[in-house]
Amino acid sequence: MKTDWKPLMQRVSSEMIKSIVVSLWFVFLTFPLMVMKIRPLDQTIEWRWMNLVYVGVGAFFLSFVWRYLMARKERGSEKDEGDSWQKRIGMKIRSDKRISVSGLIGVGIFVLIFPFLFSSYQTSIMITALMYVMLGLGLNIVVGLAGLLDLGYVAFYAVGAYFYALMNHHFGIGFWAALPFAGGLAAVFGILLGFPVLRLKGDYLAIVTLGFGEIIRLILENWNELSYGPSGIAGISRPGFFGFEFTLQQHTVYLFYIMVALVALTTIVVSRLRNSRIGRAWIALREDEVACQAMGIDKTRTKLTAFALGATWAGFVGCIFAAKTTFINPASFTFMESAMILSIVVLGGMGSIVGVMVGALVLILLPEYLRAFSEYRMLAFGASMVIIMVFRPQGIISGIRQRYEFRKQPQQEVSP
Amino acid sequence: MDYFLELFFGGLTRGSIYALIALGYTMVYGIIQLINFAHGEIYMIGAFTALVVASALSLLGMNGLSLLMLSGVIAMIYSAAYGFTMEKIAYKPLRDAQRLSPLISAIGMSIFLQNYVLLAQTSDFVSFPALIEEFPFMESVTIMRSSELVIVVTTAVATTLLTLFIKFTRMGKAMRAVAQDKTMAMLLGVNVNRVISATFIIGSALAAVGGVLISSHIGQINFYIGFIAGIKAFTAAVLGGIGSIPGAVIGGLVLGWTESFATGYVSSDYEDVFAFGLLVFILIFRPAGILGKTTSEKV
Repeated sequence: MKTDWKPLMQRVSSEMIKSIVVSLWFVFLTFPLMVMKIRPLDQTIEWRWMNLVYVGVGAFFLSFVWRYLMARKERGSEKDEGDSWQKRIGMKIRSDKRISVSGLIGVGIFVLIFPFLFSSYQTSIMITALMYVMLGLGLNIVVGLAGLLDLGYVAFYAVGAYFYALMNHHFGIGFWAALPFAGGLAAVFGILLGFPVLRLKGDYLAIVTLGFGEIIRLILENWNELSYGPSGIAGISRPGFFGFEFTLQQHTVYLFYIMVALVALTTIVVSRLRNSRIGRAWIALREDEVACQAMGIDKTRTKLTAFALGATWAGFVGCIFAAKTTFINPASFTFMESAMILSIVVLGGMGSIVGVMVGALVLILLPEYLRAFSEYRMLAFGASMVIIMVFRPQGIISGIRQRYEFRKQPQQEVSP
Repeated sequence: MDYFLELFFGGLTRGSIYALIALGYTMVYGIIQLINFAHGEIYMIGAFTALVVASALSLLGMNGLSLLMLSGVIAMIYSAAYGFTMEKIAYKPLRDAQRLSPLISAIGMSIFLQNYVLLAQTSDFVSFPALIEEFPFMESVTIMRSSELVIVVTTAVATTLLTLFIKFTRMGKAMRAVAQDKTMAMLLGVNVNRVISATFIIGSALAAVGGVLISSHIGQINFYIGFIAGIKAFTAAVLGGIGSIPGAVIGGLVLGWTESFATGYVSSDYEDVFAFGLLVFILIFRPAGILGKTTSEKV
């Protein structure tokens, strides 16, 4: 038996050539910034030729991986979406009550004993992750369900945080008393933002919300009489529990349980909202504004409720954030924060609650556990955002559209 | 009056830079409806490349106008190369994905490029050599610096060239066709991928021009300058009507003057508040920007 080596050889050499071209391109691309470095003091140049080798070799091998993954993605999309394994598992979990219930109980138990299994540091990170889960779920209402691209979501977060901080600072009002009002105030701000932008669409809306977020932050930074400027507000009290005195560690555990309860509440409310009259109006508005109005849905009210209900959760989380860190300043409420929350929603899978949770855990825990790479951590973070989007554009867990299926009843034999 | 003119020219300079960056935003948006958040990073990379190249060349004894031209051209080439590569890696695979996916990819790219420059170069502010020398005939003029004059003139020339390019060349025609209807352009034999690449290359090169000029004017840069400039330029692009090239220039100038006069007459703390406030205000009355066309919806 004779094997024909020729096509294989050709293929290998063409792949090699492709990778060599990519490698040379990246060597060219990174040359001025990676190889030369300015020493500002004496205005001399440091030459780092080794970097050239690293880039060249790295690009050479990564280009193979990239092309392999690309080819796999293309093959995957050719197949019918219906029988992909993720979807089948999703359907199975949905249809089989036993799996979903036992799964939920398992997760519940794990969450409840989490603070006793892990250190207080880990618990603290987990609190942050849960805060972002809540923010993500809130933004998911605006972006995922109602389809309004909001790039200034952090403004509502800031409103909640500053409300509690100022109330606590001036009047000594406690966490539990402030929490509902923080949410309410954020909702009011949501409506205030919502009114002027009702007519705007798509990316015009995005830039106005971005501007709104920046305006709030700049006002907080510069209005020293109100917000104490960039130096922020310190000494905010932690949440109380019927007058008990907690140690710092107990406080973390306590806050963790508060967060778990609030996330559970948010999940229930959001999932109920999605299937309610207003939730379906949001989805309809997202899909087609004109058709939606023709069906008799009040566009103004639907949009404003989306803004208000989305903002409420950010207000709650802001209040918790102030109580957790006991110190806030405007630096915590930059545009990057909004971008992060939006990334959580899109990366996790727009419109899907589980997706948002996974997205928050990935995006918040990833930089924490990348600390081993210390200075390369944000580089890896940005790269992974691009890679996840390129290879899973629909998000890690894509939302499953609710649809009604008409099942044929098995015909009963009619006995003669 | 002198104070007013000083602010006027300051605003004109600033606005010109915003316009140069906004052109890239608006062209990319016009063609693939993507807010390219990493565009500001391209501007920053242009500035850094120029800094490195200019330092190397001045060690070789080059100076004056030739130094500015050479480092500027190299910065443009590199920025264009970065823009081209970025599109190939982060946006091209997402052509048919849902609308928000490329946006997140762009945010990821922006974080990546910022940290790439931070690691490859430095996290501190570095001083940028004043590549634009004072002209002798400008000595008697007090309200405007030579570098400001160079910036304004360069912007005017670049915008005119771009307009002519888009109006009269084959590629420009193809760009307009793709912006109008991508599928139809493809059916008529326009190579859409090449048009998109060309758009990124041109937009990035213009951003590099802006980066080099303003860095030389201000005198220092760091890895974070692209972020703020990018957001401002995006604001300018939307203000003028995103997708429209004269709109980007007008938006940039309006934004520049607003900031300059707000700083000069009100308070420098609230300069950005005025900029964004103006944006909100204009969009309430003209939801598609100053020059944007309001298209009526067809059912």
